[in-house]
Amino acid sequence: MSGPSTYEPKTGFTKWLDTRLPIVRLAYDSFIDFPTPKNLNYWWTFGGILAVCLVIQIVTGIVLAMHYIASTKDAFASVERIMRDIDYGWLIRNIHATGASMFFLAVYIPMFRGMYYGSYKQPREMLWILGVVIYGLMMATAFMGYVLPWGQMSFHGSAVITNLIGAIPLVGPTIKTYLMGGPAIGDATLNRFFSLHYLLPFVIAGVVILHIWALHVPGNGNPTGVSVKDAKKDTVPFHPYYTVKDGFAIVVFLIVFAAFVFYFPNALGHADNSIEANPLQTPAHIVPEWYLLPFYAILRAITFDIGPIPAKLIGVALMFGSILILFVLPWLDTSKVRSMRYRPFARQMFLGFVIASIGLGFCGANDPDTLIFKFREDKLSLNYTATTGATTSEIFDDFAAAQAKLQSLPPTAGGAIEISKSGFKWLWLSQILSAYYFLYFLVILPVLGVIEKPKPRPASIADSVRKKHGSKAKTAPAGAAAPQAAE
Amino acid sequence: MSEHGSNATTANGAHAGETRRDFIHIAAATVAAGGVAAVAWPFIQQLAPAADTRALSSSEVDISKVPEGGEIRVLIGGMPFFIRHRTAAEIASAKAGDTAQLRDPATDASRLRPKKDGTLNPPILITSGTCTHLGCVPVGPSQGTVGEFGGWYCPCHGSHYDTSGRIRKGPAPSNLPIPTYEYVSDTLVKISL
Ligand code: FES
Repeated sequence: MSGPSTYEPKTGFTKWLDTRLPIVRLAYDSFIDFPTPKNLNYWWTFGGILAVCLVIQIVTGIVLAMHYIASTKDAFASVERIMRDIDYGWLIRNIHATGASMFFLAVYIPMFRGMYYGSYKQPREMLWILGVVIYGLMMATAFMGYVLPWGQMSFHGSAVITNLIGAIPLVGPTIKTYLMGGPAIGDATLNRFFSLHYLLPFVIAGVVILHIWALHVPGNGNPTGVSVKDAKKDTVPFHPYYTVKDGFAIVVFLIVFAAFVFYFPNALGHADNSIEANPLQTPAHIVPEWYLLPFYAILRAITFDIGPIPAKLIGVALMFGSILILFVLPWLDTSKVRSMRYRPFARQMFLGFVIASIGLGFCGANDPDTLIFKFREDKLSLNYTATTGATTSEIFDDFAAAQAKLQSLPPTAGGAIEISKSGFKWLWLSQILSAYYFLYFLVILPVLGVIEKPKPRPASIADSVRKKHGSKAKTAPAGAAAPQAAE
Repeated sequence: MSEHGSNATTANGAHAGETRRDFIHIAAATVAAGGVAAVAWPFIQQLAPAADTRALSSSEVDISKVPEGGEIRVLIGGMPFFIRHRTAAEIASAKAGDTAQLRDPATDASRLRPKKDGTLNPPILITSGTCTHLGCVPVGPSQGTVGEFGGWYCPCHGSHYDTSGRIRKGPAPSNLPIPTYEYVSDTLVKISL
């Protein structure tokens, strides 16, 4: 996409610099003159938003590190001190904490966009894979950052995650010990997490550079999925067209961001994290931050052993698998048509996928055994050991009847009356949605690419834009349904 | 190196220099890789538990202070342990559990350790305080919830343990582990990680 450079150094200094370090030329070609498809919608504005997020996190993070103390004795108090005593400490910490959520929000949207518009397809596989790498690094950074304030959720949440790693066969326990630096999460863990939490954002920045590089080789995808054929007709320069569009999106995004920082700074966190960590007391419900909830739901969806493999290991494998599967997505989707605009059936399936992902988030936030809705009114059940030795349970409508039956039992029966509920459990929903999540990648996408008949696509980007704006266009010939050749 | 060409042995053919260069490349790369590995090791091993951490891996606990029907919780190297003084009824129910259908079969007696004189001390049960599911700390008598089987209840994902610390219901795969411990005297136990 990047054609011959059109940068012309004007002043003496830029001419001098251009022959020694053509950095201005690089910036000009990448962010000013870069030919960009003219039909990008607002779903394409998240690159700029994410760059802003990364900078915000790094700047606020560096400041917070000046006041934070990585020690189990002082960590919680030092965070409280930031919130109460340090001038504007509350602001900077609220920005950093809210910023993590905003960062994930801003990364999930273009991930879904990429899946809908087939942005991961040839020739953009590396671009997609680097994006998934960034996402993985973000999760690692966020996880370690969440441990630092040393609240109850920090401690017990990280205990759950390190235990997951310990569940990996053979190498798990060793990795777990090396991660924690002791038998349990403590000072050693906190210090290394702080060190890595400081490091990883810069690694992310490095991968972002590769990501942008990989973007600038084939250029942006676009909503039609049709490749740029004629740079003159199909593209516009990045500046001013997309600098303005991205700039507008960034401003809107920052308004939402600021609303959270100033009005709901605790809405995205968990109240238990305002209690200092106590290794002897686990909070009633351990939940990760919202952006990890779908994976937590997948982890907990597996409650049954499959043959000799214990449920816990399957859950862990599926949870990691649900992320790793994204790396091979470009090869799982067999359709040559990039954009799902022209794939009527895939489009429905994709909608299902979005619903499943968000639904899994809700499943992760709820206790798996509570009911979403009831099948019937709650009744009473009497459980006892019958004279035959079998455990029996009888259902009663009213207490008097149950009580009468209980009294008639011999004392050895050990009878007890409980409330019997019957309804649809969150667990079942998370099992259904997890199944759909994996089916989407492993069955639906590979099969659909073969059997689906796509709708005709526009002949070019310019064509689709003209058509949209009502001027006469040469629409694609009727036979355009044939798989589109990659450029 | 002779498989690279017949002229390697003579070392004066046109390709002789290439084969020798190949050898030098491989040898140099091997030495460099060995050096990297040797330097990498200290950088990995420093992540392991340090000597002072390892030194803190056992502790002596006075069990005479645990009230009957109650328990105390101790942290050794950051890991929680339960020391429970069981009532006669709790011991009986633990014994009764020996014959029940268990996920991780173990008798109550096998979960106790002998005192100095070789006899068991059924009232005192010592277990790890880490749920075998995902590592939460179950609640017990001092928190007012003992679960359906009278022992411990893990609030994280609902595992019920009986009065012998055996898993009876819920997602945890195995019983609360029994740590390595020994009776130093009738009232003092030494628990190690
Ligand atoms: S950690 Fe105890 S039930 Fe999951």
